[in-house]
Amino acid sequence: MIVMSWFTQTLTSSIGKKLIMSLTGLFLISFLVIHATINAMIFYNDGGETFSHWGHFMGTNPIVRTLEIGLVLGFLFHIYDGLMLTKNNREARPVKYASRNANANSTWYSRSMGLLGTLILIFLVVHTSHFWIPNRANQFSTGEELDLYNMMLEIFQNPWVVLLYVAGCFSLFWHLLHGFKSAFQTLGLYHIKYNGLISFVGVAFSIVVPLLFALMPIAMYMGWVH
Amino acid sequence: MSEGNMRLTLKVWRQSNENTAGSFENYQLEGISPDMSFLEMFDVLNEQLVEAKQDPVAFDHDCREGICGMCSMHINGQPHGPLQGVTTCQLHMRSFKDGDTIVVEPWRAGSFPVIKDLVVDRDAFDRIISAGGFVSVNTGNAQDANNLPVPKEAADDAFAAAACIGCGACVAACKNASAMLFVSAKISQLALLPQGQVERKIRAEKMVAQMDAEGFGACSNTQACSAECPKGITFDNIARMNREYLGAKLSSTNV
Amino acid sequence: MATSPRLDAKIPEGPLETKWSKYRSSVPLVNPANKRNLEVIVVGTGLAGASAAATLAELGYKVKAFCFQDSPRRAHSIAAQGGINAAKNYQNDGDSIYRLFYDTVKGGDYRSREANVHRLAEVSGNIIDQCVAQGVPFAREYGGLLSNRSFGGVQVQRTFYAAGQTGQQLLLGAYSGLQRQVGMGTIQMYNRHEMLDIVNIDGKCRGIIARNLITGELERHAGHAVLLCTGGYGNVFYLSTNAMGSNVTAAWKAHRRGAFFGNPCFTQIHPTCIPVSGEHQSKLTLMSESLRNDGRIWVPKKKDDNRPANAIPEDERDYYLERRYPAFGNLVPRDIASRAAKERCDAGYGVGSSKLAVYLDYSAAFQRYGMGEANKNNISNPSQEDVISWGKAVVKEKYGNLFDMYKQITGEDPYEVPMRIYPAVHYTMGGLWVDYNLMTTVPGLYALGEANFSDHGANRLGASALMQGLADGYFVIPYTIGSYLSNEIRTGKISTDHPEFIKVEAESKARIEKLMNIQGTTSPEMFHRRLGKIMWDKCGMARNAEGLSQAITEIRALREEFWRDVRVMGKVNEFNPELDKANRVADFIELGELMCIDALNRNESCGGHFREEYQSEEGEALRDDEDYRYVAAWQYKGTEDWELHKEELIYDNIKIAQRSYK
Ligand SMILES: Cc1cc2nc3c(=O)[nH]c(=O)nc-3n(C[C@H](O)[C@H](O)[C@H](O)COP(=O)(O)OP(=O)(O)OC[C@H]3O[C@@H](n4cnc5c(N)ncnc54)[C@H](O)[C@@H]3O)c2cc1C
Ligand code: HEM
Ligand code: SF4
Ligand code: FES
Repeated sequence: MIVMSWFTQTLTSSIGKKLIMSLTGLFLISFLVIHATINAMIFYNDGGETFSHWGHFMGTNPIVRTLEIGLVLGFLFHIYDGLMLTKNNREARPVKYASRNANANSTWYSRSMGLLGTLILIFLVVHTSHFWIPNRANQFSTGEELDLYNMMLEIFQNPWVVLLYVAGCFSLFWHLLHGFKSAFQTLGLYHIKYNGLISFVGVAFSIVVPLLFALMPIAMYMGWVH
Repeated sequence: MSEGNMRLTLKVWRQSNENTAGSFENYQLEGISPDMSFLEMFDVLNEQLVEAKQDPVAFDHDCREGICGMCSMHINGQPHGPLQGVTTCQLHMRSFKDGDTIVVEPWRAGSFPVIKDLVVDRDAFDRIISAGGFVSVNTGNAQDANNLPVPKEAADDAFAAAACIGCGACVAACKNASAMLFVSAKISQLALLPQGQVERKIRAEKMVAQMDAEGFGACSNTQACSAECPKGITFDNIARMNREYLGAKLSSTNV
Repeated sequence: MATSPRLDAKIPEGPLETKWSKYRSSVPLVNPANKRNLEVIVVGTGLAGASAAATLAELGYKVKAFCFQDSPRRAHSIAAQGGINAAKNYQNDGDSIYRLFYDTVKGGDYRSREANVHRLAEVSGNIIDQCVAQGVPFAREYGGLLSNRSFGGVQVQRTFYAAGQTGQQLLLGAYSGLQRQVGMGTIQMYNRHEMLDIVNIDGKCRGIIARNLITGELERHAGHAVLLCTGGYGNVFYLSTNAMGSNVTAAWKAHRRGAFFGNPCFTQIHPTCIPVSGEHQSKLTLMSESLRNDGRIWVPKKKDDNRPANAIPEDERDYYLERRYPAFGNLVPRDIASRAAKERCDAGYGVGSSKLAVYLDYSAAFQRYGMGEANKNNISNPSQEDVISWGKAVVKEKYGNLFDMYKQITGEDPYEVPMRIYPAVHYTMGGLWVDYNLMTTVPGLYALGEANFSDHGANRLGASALMQGLADGYFVIPYTIGSYLSNEIRTGKISTDHPEFIKVEAESKARIEKLMNIQGTTSPEMFHRRLGKIMWDKCGMARNAEGLSQAITEIRALREEFWRDVRVMGKVNEFNPELDKANRVADFIELGELMCIDALNRNESCGGHFREEYQSEEGEALRDDEDYRYVAAWQYKGTEDWELHKEELIYDNIKIAQRSYK
């Protein structure tokens, strides 16, 4: 108990909660790198061969599967903590301002991480129920993987789905545009020598990754990839 | 020097005390000179109200030169008004236009309850300082001042952080009503100086704990606080506080 | 002249240099167990109050501290810009305790007490040590050691500073010490409380009546000793560099209950303030004296010259300070610089639309610093424009914040046009009379910091008020209070149910009700303005018997009108700044009368007190040491009735001379 007390105390403090956000956020960012890289294999336009090869690896490799538990936990922590923070932060100002010119001092997306996160969450629910959940369910029941590539081709024929995915990518873009450098700031990594670099990588990452993701449904819908 | 010639509409928050609900009142003002400070414009309003046998607007102020940290108006959606780097008392009417409508509210934060009209209770800041914002040195114990050389850069940085006037504009500006800029300025000042080293860890731990206990929000790194801070307290102080706090929590012997 | 028997300054015997150290080691002590049972009330949390409260609590006394602002950190000490003196001789330029002592007595125009001033100089070094240990970020040199600057009226560099915010940094240091004790429970802090009266029981001060400014309730607080650290009363002039809330109420109520008021007419007018811009003006802003190091002060040679400053050629400018005082030039002491500015403006040479201003010009400094930069960077034949822009950059680094402040307030860019400045009320040397222990004429009632009359005579040197406030709080009162409290250990807890408490509280209540019930036609603010105008016109930078007599009559009429016609809005039992203001203005009016009486009594010119009748051919102040080498301590006897007591000033160690800065 004694050992836990300082530990839980730290993680439940305002800074500790942000530490969790930051670490899980960075972890999710690293996941995005892999997720985006593998999915980008569809752009080989080889009928999904390369993509399915790596998809298979990710879906069956025991190490990756173990890490996946971490990923799910990471998401859960990030989401739970993010929602709690958003709630606590709102409660810190019970009476709102009648007039607020917040754009004079900060960007709208930095103030809207809760909203953007929730949009991402909605997207995630739809997204996982399209692919990840049916695939894993099938794996459990039959031991076989689904043909994700062809599922994608099919699902992305629906323009509403494509729109939803693109909207999800926009949310992710804004979320990352602030989140990436914010995570470093939370960790205390803020230094005139490196801020420029972090900022640059952050902006580049926030553009490249969501753009890649968005291009996937678009490309399939438009028939560029088949 | 110019004669008073501005006409203004003021929308001011009126609230009798902490336990009653408040609302906005509209006031018309004429003959305001662009050379007046914002608070002198309020003096004119109050004089007008007294004339009309009405209760004048209560607002906090003292030095009227931007150093005591007492003035605290949220003007047209921004703490201390539209100009950067100045307090309410240093804002002049030449920053507004003839015919403007100006909305004035108190700082809004759960930890800063309204006392009356535009006056809020900022005792939470004092309690945070009491929790650790000091060097524990009793009078009479000090060695000769020059026995402790301090690198000029450290002294300058510490001074920059120590320039905080405790006005609370950072809390007022932050969407989370977070007090991190204020707290981090004090933690930084003492962490940068050799004098602060002895109590460095316990200070960070206790001040952050008190800050949380007061009910201020967490930091979303929007940087609204440093953009609105009248004393230019920089945002890197918060990063330093995060380092100090997390480092202290990991390595201190306080369980 | 002999000292009144009512004024025993209790100066220890022995040679000047050892008075304090001997006294300090022989003053009776209170043992730690007894300290816990002794309560000390500290009113005010500026440098004097915060340092005293923290130190007494560290020693083990039970302390209650009061301030009217929302936090102790907001006391007006926070606004001091320039610096704090100390005889450290870190610059190896010949400074010493004796020299600081001498400069202070001379600067004060030989109207201060030798023993007190010497003690001040002795402890000045400890103050710097203490502040540095607390983490006060003083300016430093590249080697890591402390930096110094020079100030008006002295020829050594002994001023320690933290950019233009020295008072802020010192106060935050003292405040942190105070809050530490608050956290430990040894100090109980009462923010937003205004002391309205003191309570004396059997001839000793035993407590105060304070108003909770949030609820309006009156509270009784008992203590074995009461320390008034409530600052100066410059706001009696309405316009001053003091904070809006600065007031005389605490000192005045003490005065009415037996504490003598020392030298009330000694006020300091600071030469470099931003001039009044219009009727609406609520306060004046100081531009640090350090600006006089590099700026040159001038007016046009021609009367009523309406050309813009830059259009007036060099040979048509009158650098009057350099002309009149070649040795000190623009760095003469404050009283002299202020008077010289007034003299020029009165004679019709003033500038700006009000004609009540002189120029403080940096163009020579731009040129000089610009050339310096050129030389440093080995640039020969630089263009004039380059020189000026380099020079501006240097000035910006040194005084940038002040230049910005000027621009913000006036809307004019001081890099392009000379600043306009005019003197303004800044500091009050007068205050409650105290003995060597800092005790007033009421036993158990002390006064510290600007609230007492003590160390600055008739004129205070720059950077000496911060020194005095902290000396009083950190290093004097912790010792001297022992001589009184050691006799109080048998007193026991003082009950606030004593009839005196009930009586004084009832009187405070009656006064508040009276104020609220008048419901006349004029706001307290208006009365304050009118009082200020009388004071400034007739008891300001220059005074004469006729004006002072008129002022006394006018102030009496104003007082009468006030109590007939003031209109205080709001209610008693709520947060009510109008009522606070009315209470303060009522006291200022009474003080104003006494100031004029004191000024009228003092038939000489000395320091900040300039009587037009007493000046030399060249317009310099003429002191009368034969008849006025005394502290005027006034005893309150009733409305419009005071008795003068004199404390003769004896100079055993310094030879009195006419001050000369020529
Ligand atoms: C603009 C400016 C610049 C200055 N610059 C310098 C400088 O560079 N160097 C220098 O040495 N000096 C300077 N001075 C002078 C110096 O700052 C003051 O003399 C000194 O700080 C006074 O300190 P204090 O503790 O006596 O009073 P203050 O700091 O004025 O504190 C007064 C305290 O008393 C409290 N108080 C007052 N009345 C009541 C009441 N009725 N009930 C309860 N509480 C009350 C207030 O709340 C406050 O806490 C400057 C002064 C001004 C105005
Ligand atoms: C792939 C998905 C996601 C990634 C890569 C990601 C990444 C990040 C990062 C890096 C941060 C910055 C952390 C910090 O400021 O220290 C952050 C903050 C945040 N995230 Fe996410 N996030 C993702 C999904 C979500 C989801 C689904 C939510 C749902 C609620 C969410 C809610 C938040 C919130 C509220 C914050 C801001 C916390 C604050 O500063 O107040 N995020 N995220
Ligand atoms: S950090 Fe800035 S905004 Fe916040 S209290 Fe200090 S001075 Fe005011
Ligand atoms: S009134 Fe002091 S900072 Fe504005």
